[in-house]
Amino acid sequence: MSNSKPFTFYLVRRVLQFIPLIFWVIAINFVIIHLAPGDPVQYLTGELEATVEFQETMRKEFGLDKPLITQLGIYFGKVLRGDFGYSIRYQEPVLRLILSRLPATFLLIGTALLLATTFGTFFGAFFARRATIGENAVTLLSLAGYSMPIFFLGQLLLIVFSFKCGWFPAQGMMSLRVRETGLWAMLDVLRHLVLPAITYATYHLALIFRLTRSKMLETLSQDFIITARAKGLDRRTILFRHALRNAILPVVTLLGVNMGFMLAGSVLTETVFAWPGMGRLMYECIMARDYPVLMGLFIFVSMMVAVGNLLSDIFYALIDPRITY
Amino acid sequence: MQPRDLVFYSPWRNFWRSYRANHLALIALYVLAGLSMIVVLTPLISPHGPHRVGVGEPFASPSFEFIMGTDKLGRDVFSRVLWGARVSLFVGFAAATASTFFGVIIGTISGFLGGRVDDMLMRVTELFQVIPRFFLALLLVSLFGANIWNIIIAIGILSWPVTARLVRSEFLSLKKRQFVDAAKMQGASSVAIILIEILPNASGVIIVNSTLMVAQAMLLEAGLSYLGMGDPSTVSWGLMLYQAQSSLMRAWWIALFPGLGIFLSVLALNLVGDGLNDVLNPRAQDVKEMVL
Repeated sequence: MSNSKPFTFYLVRRVLQFIPLIFWVIAINFVIIHLAPGDPVQYLTGELEATVEFQETMRKEFGLDKPLITQLGIYFGKVLRGDFGYSIRYQEPVLRLILSRLPATFLLIGTALLLATTFGTFFGAFFARRATIGENAVTLLSLAGYSMPIFFLGQLLLIVFSFKCGWFPAQGMMSLRVRETGLWAMLDVLRHLVLPAITYATYHLALIFRLTRSKMLETLSQDFIITARAKGLDRRTILFRHALRNAILPVVTLLGVNMGFMLAGSVLTETVFAWPGMGRLMYECIMARDYPVLMGLFIFVSMMVAVGNLLSDIFYALIDPRITY
Repeated sequence: MQPRDLVFYSPWRNFWRSYRANHLALIALYVLAGLSMIVVLTPLISPHGPHRVGVGEPFASPSFEFIMGTDKLGRDVFSRVLWGARVSLFVGFAAATASTFFGVIIGTISGFLGGRVDDMLMRVTELFQVIPRFFLALLLVSLFGANIWNIIIAIGILSWPVTARLVRSEFLSLKKRQFVDAAKMQGASSVAIILIEILPNASGVIIVNSTLMVAQAMLLEAGLSYLGMGDPSTVSWGLMLYQAQSSLMRAWWIALFPGLGIFLSVLALNLVGDGLNDVLNPRAQDVKEMVL
């Protein structure tokens, strides 16, 4: 960057925009707690039978007898200090519970995102040609990829590859019977990872494929490609060295956004395969009406999505020399 | 499609001729039409009611008597798929309609008025981009109760920001066009300008967006039902997948058919939306010839 000062301004500006966003997310959380039918206490304690004394303690702690503004302030203070409440079901502070499930989800999402991005861009570039015969098939396949409900795909894969063929285990992240360590443990996890990762990757693969392909078509119609061809370069070099770099820009910058998106949507895949991650935690707590965890998850996931967006924006500003800040 | 082919027909016929050229989109349209007919004729063609228990052995695999087999309570899967189509499609269309309605209104206000109102509304849409949509829907439905209308409202609340942004950006670009200036010079009121000049030109984008939104709404509803937040008093395809999960190992047919239903409907909607997009919103530069 020749002049880095505008960039730092941009960086600071984006980070500053982040703060009111978090403020609003927490506020919305608060509003939901109070709009929902019933006594707000149960949303702060969970629905399992809380004794009257406990409820009174909660009431005092959250200041539920005080005016709403004071309550909002109290709630803010707690959240910003990392006190997301306490899960009745798991008997753990909410934040610690969420963080303990995070690695499993990141493993799943990371793998899926990796698969989706590499294969999506590769095939997107490869199929960037206007062949009328194949074009219908290509469109159909890519649309099919993101028309399929994720959990249905998961169920199908389960039926075919796990129940009928027995190649892959059906549930969980690790085998329960054998306690394995080291390399065998890793391979075991990988074996459990295959089906969920493929399931989750499909949707995004289809999207990335479409995006890459349309960008490639756009790029390939530009003049500098004609120049490259006139220079005598073969198809593969032009495709992968010259055209792809320009076309891949939106995909790469969207990585951050996609990550946040996948984090938020992991519930479905994790439920089908009983993968012990954050999404599954979401599901379990919805079933158990463990509201403190749900509220905490809401704030946490929103924050992660916002961070993902922020990273995407910054990355985009970094690598695209054309835009001005 | 040469320009001279299009000159002699009415706009409707031109539209149909252009749309017809896209074979995939055409087939998809017919699929949707067939689906609508099935939905309408369900009371007549369905062999059993959707909740009728014990018409056959539980977990009977597909046979001549029960083309799609039976589920764990001995209910005919085929009948449930037919009745479930109504609910799934209805929720999809209703939610998309609601969110399009509000999205267009808010986008119009935002695009036309500009300034502070615009800023504020854009902040709201940014907020919605950050909030995990599915999770919020899940939360709302679990808090306020799992019935059809809550689901429709929840999905509608989550989807309107996208439409609003789209409409707003269309407005911003159309506002500067010459026909708007001409209308203003003729003394047309703001409302008239919006309704007569701008909205008809933005309608292409709006229509495509709402078609795709129906597909999305159907997927959202299926997801909610799959996690157990569906309306238990009615049958929907997502609900059937939820019930199928526990007996997946021995009765694959309970999951396959409703899932295929969702898949095909959403695929058809996406294809139609794509086809409409190609016809209604042609890109300025199309790749005519490629050197590679």
